[in-house]
Amino acid sequence: MRKVNQKGWLFVLPVLLLVAFNALVPMMTVVNYSVQETFGNNQFFWHGLGWFEQILRSERFHAALGRQFLFTAMILAIEVLLGVIIALSMPRKGFWVPFCLVTMALPMLIPWNVVGAMWNIFTLPDIGLLGYVMNHTLGIPYNMTQDPLAAWITVIVMDVWHWTSLVVLLCYAGLVSIPDAYYQAAKIDGASNWSVFRFIQLPKMKQVLTIAVLLRFMDSFNIYTEPFVLTGGGPGNSTTLLSIDLVKIALGQFDLGPAAAMSLIYFAITLFVSWLFYTLMTRHDVK
Amino acid sequence: MKKRSIVVIAYIAFLLLPIYWLVAMSFKTTQEILGGFSLFPQVWTLESYRTIFTDPTWYWGYVNSILYVTINTVISVAVALPAAYAFSRYRFLGDKHLFFWLLTNRMAPAAVFALPFFQLYSAIGLFDTHIAVALAHCLFNIPLAVWILEGFMGGVPKELDETAFVDGYSFPRFFTQVFLPTIKAGVGVAAFFCFMFSWVELLLAKTLTAVYAKPIAATMTRTASSAGYELGLLAAAGTLTIIPGAIVIWFVRNYIAKGFALGRV
Repeated sequence: MRKVNQKGWLFVLPVLLLVAFNALVPMMTVVNYSVQETFGNNQFFWHGLGWFEQILRSERFHAALGRQFLFTAMILAIEVLLGVIIALSMPRKGFWVPFCLVTMALPMLIPWNVVGAMWNIFTLPDIGLLGYVMNHTLGIPYNMTQDPLAAWITVIVMDVWHWTSLVVLLCYAGLVSIPDAYYQAAKIDGASNWSVFRFIQLPKMKQVLTIAVLLRFMDSFNIYTEPFVLTGGGPGNSTTLLSIDLVKIALGQFDLGPAAAMSLIYFAITLFVSWLFYTLMTRHDVK
Repeated sequence: MKKRSIVVIAYIAFLLLPIYWLVAMSFKTTQEILGGFSLFPQVWTLESYRTIFTDPTWYWGYVNSILYVTINTVISVAVALPAAYAFSRYRFLGDKHLFFWLLTNRMAPAAVFALPFFQLYSAIGLFDTHIAVALAHCLFNIPLAVWILEGFMGGVPKELDETAFVDGYSFPRFFTQVFLPTIKAGVGVAAFFCFMFSWVELLLAKTLTAVYAKPIAATMTRTASSAGYELGLLAAAGTLTIIPGAIVIWFVRNYIAKGFALGRV
């Protein structure tokens, strides 16, 4: 049991001040913009909840939100499944373990725009490795600057390339913490591979999988730089995810009011879904 | 057993292919890149790397990035340490809400904050300084550092604290001489994550800088658009941004497995 000690506040104070400075001031700025209308010259007029209504009703927002949910659902499904399979296939000990871990972590340490640029170079139709092999060796027409489906597949494969390792490493951490005795007991009982997975490995991975799903949800829902550098949201608007659309409105068209209202709606959705995930995934835990 | 190694090998090959292509391209001449497809560089050239290491706007990009990432890592871990200790050892008014609020900042889309951040840091006169980017990255790195460290500290039995106090240790002496060495793996992992997320972030870093603190990643995007199709140069700069990450990860390789679980297994 932790002791009640209000001195805890003193310990937390520096963190509180730094994060509040970075979070509250910009957040208030956004709230401020979201309820005002401007015609330039730094003159602002009260606009009430008009922008929120406009955004919530706009086709464009619905389309971007739909694409965002589709993207996040697809990468979560692929990355979690693939991540668990790869983690189960990894060797538990030996010379190759550090090599595997370091190589797998590498994509996560590359700046996000370099990831986008790298995949752009990789997929160029005639001079990129993937583009060349698809078009000229396999004979499959592939050009993601013109074909929306190809663009979607490329964006998803890029994200799988970039982040599956996070799921792998988290699950692997759960797996190596299982004592050998558990496996020996299972062997004596004649348990099948499936029961070993279902009753020994999965329960041990559950907590880390929760973290993995939460982190992947938050980051993929907020993704901006990689798809923007790779496709620029195109062709047309086919890969314009929520953040890309937001930046287009805020910095491209400089529509501060609608952009601010959209930011707040966006943030609220992220918070709500994260909370939902967290509650659903931990509801059976006895604290 | 064989089937398993094939899965792992296939996955690692998939991870390395785009990286290989980037590195290969950085050693090719521009004519070769635009001239057609070649699996290996036909003529090896260091021209792209020479340009980067002799042009100040390029190599200063690296110095700037490393500077603000280091400042950010130091600040984040330093303030997160006492906070994580408080969350793992004490109960105080609103502790749970505070902890959750901290984590919500990890969920805020950077795109939401780009413009207000620019206005805030311009207003306090820190625009285009390393400290501005370092402070801005605290928004998502401090919550993460607190979360990781709290996980590691939770694994340390409270008897350690109590015994030390009975032995007459003052709090600062206990914290620096007994407690910190116990959780040094956690500190390493937290620092690694702060480094990683500060190093890879671009949107805020680009918004908050113009000339003097411009990160390498931003130099790349601007060069790519202004100088047209210099793919070799872009590839070389990209290759160089992978190196610091690779070095850092090599140092923490023994803690990666436990570290990625944020100390919670």
